[in-house]
Amino acid sequence: MRHLLDTKTLSREDALRILDVAEDMRDTQSREVKKLPTLRGKTVVNLFFEDSTRTRISFEAAAKRLSADVINFSAKGSSVSKGESLQDTAQTLQAMGADAVVIRHGASGAPHTLATSGWISAGVVNAGDGTHEHPTQALLDAFTMRKRRFGDDSRGRDLDGLKVAIVGDILHSRVARSNVWLLHTLGADVTLVAPPTLVPQDVSAWPVRIVYDLDQAVDAGPDAIMMLRIQLERMNAAYFPTEREYSRRWGLDPARLGRLPDGSMVLHPGPMNRGLEISADAADSPRSTVLEQVANGVSVRMAALYLLLAGERDSGNAEENAQ
Amino acid sequence: MSTRTVLHEADISRALTRISHEILESNKGPDDLVLLGIPTRGVTLAARIGALLADISGTPVPVGALDVTMYRDDLHRNPTRTPQPTQIPAGGIDGKTVVLVDDVLFSGRSIRAALDALQDIGRPAAVRLAILVDRGHRELPIRPDFVGKNLPSARSERVNVHLAEVDALEEVTIES
Repeated sequence: MRHLLDTKTLSREDALRILDVAEDMRDTQSREVKKLPTLRGKTVVNLFFEDSTRTRISFEAAAKRLSADVINFSAKGSSVSKGESLQDTAQTLQAMGADAVVIRHGASGAPHTLATSGWISAGVVNAGDGTHEHPTQALLDAFTMRKRRFGDDSRGRDLDGLKVAIVGDILHSRVARSNVWLLHTLGADVTLVAPPTLVPQDVSAWPVRIVYDLDQAVDAGPDAIMMLRIQLERMNAAYFPTEREYSRRWGLDPARLGRLPDGSMVLHPGPMNRGLEISADAADSPRSTVLEQVANGVSVRMAALYLLLAGERDSGNAEENAQ
Repeated sequence: MSTRTVLHEADISRALTRISHEILESNKGPDDLVLLGIPTRGVTLAARIGALLADISGTPVPVGALDVTMYRDDLHRNPTRTPQPTQIPAGGIDGKTVVLVDDVLFSGRSIRAALDALQDIGRPAAVRLAILVDRGHRELPIRPDFVGKNLPSARSERVNVHLAEVDALEEVTIES
């Protein structure tokens, strides 16, 4: 694997490979010494043009657990705020010897530009770009669902037939997009639930069902329900009348939580708006996978960095030669 | 290119039985033993030796797997390797005598990686090495404690271990 830019073009084989390597990474995280020497001498740059705490910390933890050196670069207070272009920033990082660049950018497609421009030779990991994709989030969600469903027997399994409902602001959500493509690749059956104003226009081309009523989706008995964060900073138009109304119609309140089938799980990418899209009861219930998602995020990102950085450069798919 | 069979099914089985007796003899019984196989075929061999040890001594011996991929020193020289699961038996390895089991001992670099991996998991009282085939050409000061067969080979030759559980046939061949 050279880059990890999206889940739309990620093959089933590659997706399962990342998830299976993440299982091995997860196992190492329960050891006495959590650090592996695997990426010693490699440099990972976290290039964050948008604010992010958990994704950046998660990538930082993942890189450090693999013994890579981490350089954090955030746009605030850096040369970017002085007007430096993406190209100049990238070339500076290249000159410093970055082996991988983890990029979050407000513009959809920025990681793709970075990966294909020829400005840098480093591997590029998309950590969220505009309203396009956030592939490692989808991978950690899939990992969490697989782990809950199959337990220790999860290696090599996909999510065939798993019923997943994704609820909330689909329009602005790169997490929803990445999840739709990955879950579809892994064989899950995806339903999107949102107010009509928060459903994107191009949604007819997606491999999903759309429902506008959360009660209907809950009564359909999903195996997993993923509550997206209402990003109040993006609610600049009148997508819904009030937060209270949103919460009442599309929030996971205790009554809806109680109607979910036994063994179903509640996911949230965090940070949660308790009382808005998810009630405290749901967030703290045993069904909630929120903290597992955070822990699994480190394992999945370790797997992605390992697959990007550990092997020979530009090796293509000469996997057989390794034997 | 010629291929020659150096160990047949019966030879492999005899070698493993002898290794099992040697392990029990040097450890003065089955107490505090932990067998860890190195994937892929070391895991199979460890399981077989574990069964033999239990048969001979009447006490079950914990068997696990130790993946060394993350500790290799040649990762950047080869295409990305997919790690295999590591399984440490429930009792852990602290204070135990760990016997590492692998199919072929060549440069010794896998064993060096295994020793590093062990260090991150716990602190065994002693670490021993059991090998089905020792083909020489060591690049590190590592030697086996229990050897199925010493097989003098040229560096350019290839030694292939086939085990019934993994390969559907059972033999050790040398290719030149």
